[in-house]
Amino acid sequence: MNDTVPSLEVRDLHKRFGEHEVLRGIDLSARKGDVISIIGSSGSGKSTLLRCINLLEVPERGEIEVHGERLEMRVRRDGQREASDRRQLQRIRTRLAMVFQNFNLWSHMTILENVIEAPIQVLGTPKREAIAQAEALLHKVGMYERRDYYPAHVSGGQQQRAAIARALAMEPEVMLFDEPTSALDPELVGEVLAVMRTLAEEGRTMLVVTHEMAFARDVSSEVVFLHEGAVEEAGPPVELFGAPRSDRVRQFLRHEN
Amino acid sequence: MNLEWGVMLESLPRLLQGTLLTLELVALALVAGGLLSVPLAMLRVSSNPVLRALPLAYTFFFRGTPLLVQLFLFYYGLAQFEVVRESIFWPIVREAYWSALIVFTLNTGAYTTEILRGAIQAVPHGEVEAARAMGMSGGTLYRRIVLPRAYRIALPAYGNEIILMLKASALASTITLLDLTGMARTVIAKTYLPVEIFLVAGAIYLALTFLLVNGFRLLERRVLRFQQPRTA
Repeated sequence: MNDTVPSLEVRDLHKRFGEHEVLRGIDLSARKGDVISIIGSSGSGKSTLLRCINLLEVPERGEIEVHGERLEMRVRRDGQREASDRRQLQRIRTRLAMVFQNFNLWSHMTILENVIEAPIQVLGTPKREAIAQAEALLHKVGMYERRDYYPAHVSGGQQQRAAIARALAMEPEVMLFDEPTSALDPELVGEVLAVMRTLAEEGRTMLVVTHEMAFARDVSSEVVFLHEGAVEEAGPPVELFGAPRSDRVRQFLRHEN
Repeated sequence: MNLEWGVMLESLPRLLQGTLLTLELVALALVAGGLLSVPLAMLRVSSNPVLRALPLAYTFFFRGTPLLVQLFLFYYGLAQFEVVRESIFWPIVREAYWSALIVFTLNTGAYTTEILRGAIQAVPHGEVEAARAMGMSGGTLYRRIVLPRAYRIALPAYGNEIILMLKASALASTITLLDLTGMARTVIAKTYLPVEIFLVAGAIYLALTFLLVNGFRLLERRVLRFQQPRTA
């Protein structure tokens, strides 16, 4: 694969909810293997940024490119923007797997069924192959023994690990983590972070919205600090955590520690 | 009061024959009404206000008027129109059996549409969003996530709808059909023993409801396992 093309490129992203401008011109670029942590206080637009990248929210302005392929957008007659080509949007979404704060596993399916669902239905993987792949992934996240359980019958940490396996099953170009440990009891955070750490070490490209400063510092290749919908400061974790240039970042880090 | 036990026993074969017609009408109406309700419920949650209004007019009429009125309007009312009498549908529409079946279907279809509409709206938003984020198209999303989840949410309310339909089907007897109630009335006309015969008919309805309730209890235990405490 051509490594000079970024896995994900976001340019000049704008998003408003009514009068409230949530994102005001965000640029972001992730190369293969990058782990980018997005931090900032609540309401800074971190989650919205992530949700705009796979168009769960539609940005009013800006461009999104996944491995050089630009997501085509158009303006509807009512002034709303939308993807011009639903098939392209669906294809691009399969390459941007998302892990949610509330896991969002399909509750009427077992853990295994959750993991094989999208590969079979969306990617067209043969069932036997999807099961073999899912079992390997469930091994990897330590959920193989629980594969026949329903989501409601396992802990939050286990649900989130299963959700990570479900995302991995798509063999995505970039993984989007939307505050993956924020809904977890403190004692369950560690097991999820450990899995994410493994993924980072494997060289997966990850965008992680998080409040876990230790994770951002130790695992990321780049940290982006958002403030009121704009990038306040971005850089390698040593710089951003060690010698932040912005007062806001300094203040934020003082509160977090 | 002394009951005529002998007559009650003798009435059984004919009442059971009526039961068969009751079951046939109810089962066919439920299947047809159920099939009808799926696309209509999907229209009811559409973001397009016109698409949303069309099934609403239908469910409003059928839920807002008595089944007996609907049955009379269809069976006696349609015959007043020459267009109907001359149309190719006349041989069907003039039959009491088909009138009952069509009206029952439309009636239970209206209730089922609204049950399903509520269930679709109760599907957790995050689960729908997860499916979208995995690249599922609208069709796959409905077929694999939204409808299977909605069916499970709707199940207890739908079990209730079946029981209501079973008992409402007694109205078929008002348009000459010999369903369980209709048959009971014919037997009464010959024996002059309304209490005995209606007791038997009532017992049969009760037995059918008992079977339904327990059937649904087993079904719910099976398909709603995912939201109950884990047992094994």
